[in-house]
Amino acid sequence: MRSPDLLRHAWAVASKDLLVEFRSRTAILSAAVFVVLVLVVFNFGRDPTAISNVDLAPSILWVTFTFAAILALNRAFQLELENQALDGLLLAPIERSSIYVGKLIANLVFVATIELIGVPLLALFFNVPVLSYLLPLGALIALATIGFVAVGTLFSAMTVRTRFAELLLPVLLLPFMIPPLSWAVLATGRVLAGRPLSEIAGWLNMLAVYDIVFVTLAIFLFPATVNE
Amino acid sequence: MLLAEGLRHRFGAIRALDDVSFTVQPGQTLAVFGPNGAGKTTLLKVLAGLIQPQHGRAAVDGGRRAIGWIGHQPQLYGQLTVRENLRFWATLYDVQVPGDLLPRLGLEAHVDRPVRALSRGLVQRVAIARALVHDPPVLLLDEPFTGLDRVAAEALSRLLAEHAAAGRASVLVTHNVEEGTGLATDIAFMRAGRFVHLAPRAGRGAEQVSEDYRNAIA
Amino acid sequence: MRMLRVGRWITAIGLALLAGVYVRALAFTPIEQSQGLAQKIFYLHVPAAIWAETAMILVGLASIVYLFTKDPRLDRFAASSAEVGTVFCAIVLTTGPIWGKPIWGTWWTWDARLTFTLFLFLLYVGYLLLRSAIPDPAMRARYAAVLGICGMCEVPFIHLSVYMFPTLHPMPIVLQPGRPKLPWSMLSTWLLSLGVFTLLYVGFVVQRYAVSYFREQLEAAGEVGHA
Repeated sequence: MRSPDLLRHAWAVASKDLLVEFRSRTAILSAAVFVVLVLVVFNFGRDPTAISNVDLAPSILWVTFTFAAILALNRAFQLELENQALDGLLLAPIERSSIYVGKLIANLVFVATIELIGVPLLALFFNVPVLSYLLPLGALIALATIGFVAVGTLFSAMTVRTRFAELLLPVLLLPFMIPPLSWAVLATGRVLAGRPLSEIAGWLNMLAVYDIVFVTLAIFLFPATVNE
Repeated sequence: MLLAEGLRHRFGAIRALDDVSFTVQPGQTLAVFGPNGAGKTTLLKVLAGLIQPQHGRAAVDGGRRAIGWIGHQPQLYGQLTVRENLRFWATLYDVQVPGDLLPRLGLEAHVDRPVRALSRGLVQRVAIARALVHDPPVLLLDEPFTGLDRVAAEALSRLLAEHAAAGRASVLVTHNVEEGTGLATDIAFMRAGRFVHLAPRAGRGAEQVSEDYRNAIA
Repeated sequence: MRMLRVGRWITAIGLALLAGVYVRALAFTPIEQSQGLAQKIFYLHVPAAIWAETAMILVGLASIVYLFTKDPRLDRFAASSAEVGTVFCAIVLTTGPIWGKPIWGTWWTWDARLTFTLFLFLLYVGYLLLRSAIPDPAMRARYAAVLGICGMCEVPFIHLSVYMFPTLHPMPIVLQPGRPKLPWSMLSTWLLSLGVFTLLYVGFVVQRYAVSYFREQLEAAGEVGHA
């Protein structure tokens, strides 16, 4: 099948998911509240006299995003299992991969929304100057997010059909999140410290490589998770 | 139009299909009766290409695009309206929702209501509309009468009759002999993955088929 | 049944030879000057680490072929290899701190190689947990294969991420062409130990493979409930 078809069908799946999400809004609201709560908890779980805000901010940011994303990822395929709609998708004359790409787009929009809420809150609560570094920070967050959401979307297609979906997904996904996460934390620290962009170029490159490898891999492997 | 050849499939210890073969020609409706767990749903999924059988071969003329599926699960999104659901499924088949589809099923009054606000019977009618959105030449029906109110059941029977009259094929699986017999041109009984009976209906009524069924399955 | 016996024999020989390696290591191999007796753990630690990582690569390769051929033997091999890899990881993770305490003065440090092994261990645990969560064998095999392939591709990335942190770990001294720092007596003991661990890997995998084969036969006969 031609790739414009794949993208068109993927977009149909993604926009349907987002419409469903927009109708109920429970998931995105819970995730947003979760982000706020984690940030508040962090405020009480640290000693402001020992470590400066800017030093701690990258860790806080990425721990918050990681857990919020994990909470969100199972949702995409749970939606399809509710009325066996997944069988309908598999029956439709579309590439299996377009289902995956659609879910990936929807999850990325979802996680990006959470991050759009998280970054200003971090700046507000911890007095971190993000405004002057919005562009490099945005690129960094985008690159790191694509990688782990790609793996997470693939894994959630499997875990939702097991008995312990909510627990199994983090157990499977966390070892895969650690490489992009560790690069992102280091690079975020440099960005917030006002270091020149050239210092984080290496990390950005590695994040990009990770994204390319795992998005490609997931597109090829996804059909194996749904073909019986 | 639809062909099954020596299908065998097992899930771990459970033998779901055991050497099942048959063909369905245009205009034929095959009704497969069997108790729960006889492998009926697996058979339909193999025909639809949702399950790759471990042995044997299933083929439908025209491939996946030619198949319409009506199951006991509606395959609809509860938060979306009837119109949005149908439009989404039509997009995947690269077609428009046919204008006469909703009136035929008596759904015009409900197009802008979310599916989860509809009654069970109405939801099933929407599911039927969903399956017909691309005007499929082959219909696969898995316990389609479950949960239908009388009006909807009659509408479905009428649709299936029209479908057959237009020279199209259907396979219907159910455990309820009374429901399926009237529509069928051919009858099969299934037990533990095997076809223990496969013959044209040849004018048998529901009572006669019921008796044959009891004799064959017991 | 023959296979199980063969596996047991290989393992038994491996274990006997391992005892031999340690007799040789303790009695006939010189004590390393700066580290003292603690260095002896190196003969256990490094071969186990090499096979722990190799086992993951083998899981991934078997999984790739499985997805194409759907041959249940490959799935059984992948599962066995993962279980043995988990055990080897556990060996590395226990011997590492035992060595680290006298040498580094701490049981645990976020050293690159130790961290790497920990991630590998977590990957294995996830793989085995996923397998145990799925009752249907065909589905279990497909899902495990997907995860196994991802796991294999993840290995170089974990390497990349852990080696960016400063490390206290001794650099690899065995395979450095042109700079043979290791005296022959130590190297020969170590090579012997690597051979023994290869034997142990094969022995464990063969046994585990035979057991899962029997288990599947019983499952197919309906005599064993689903895990």
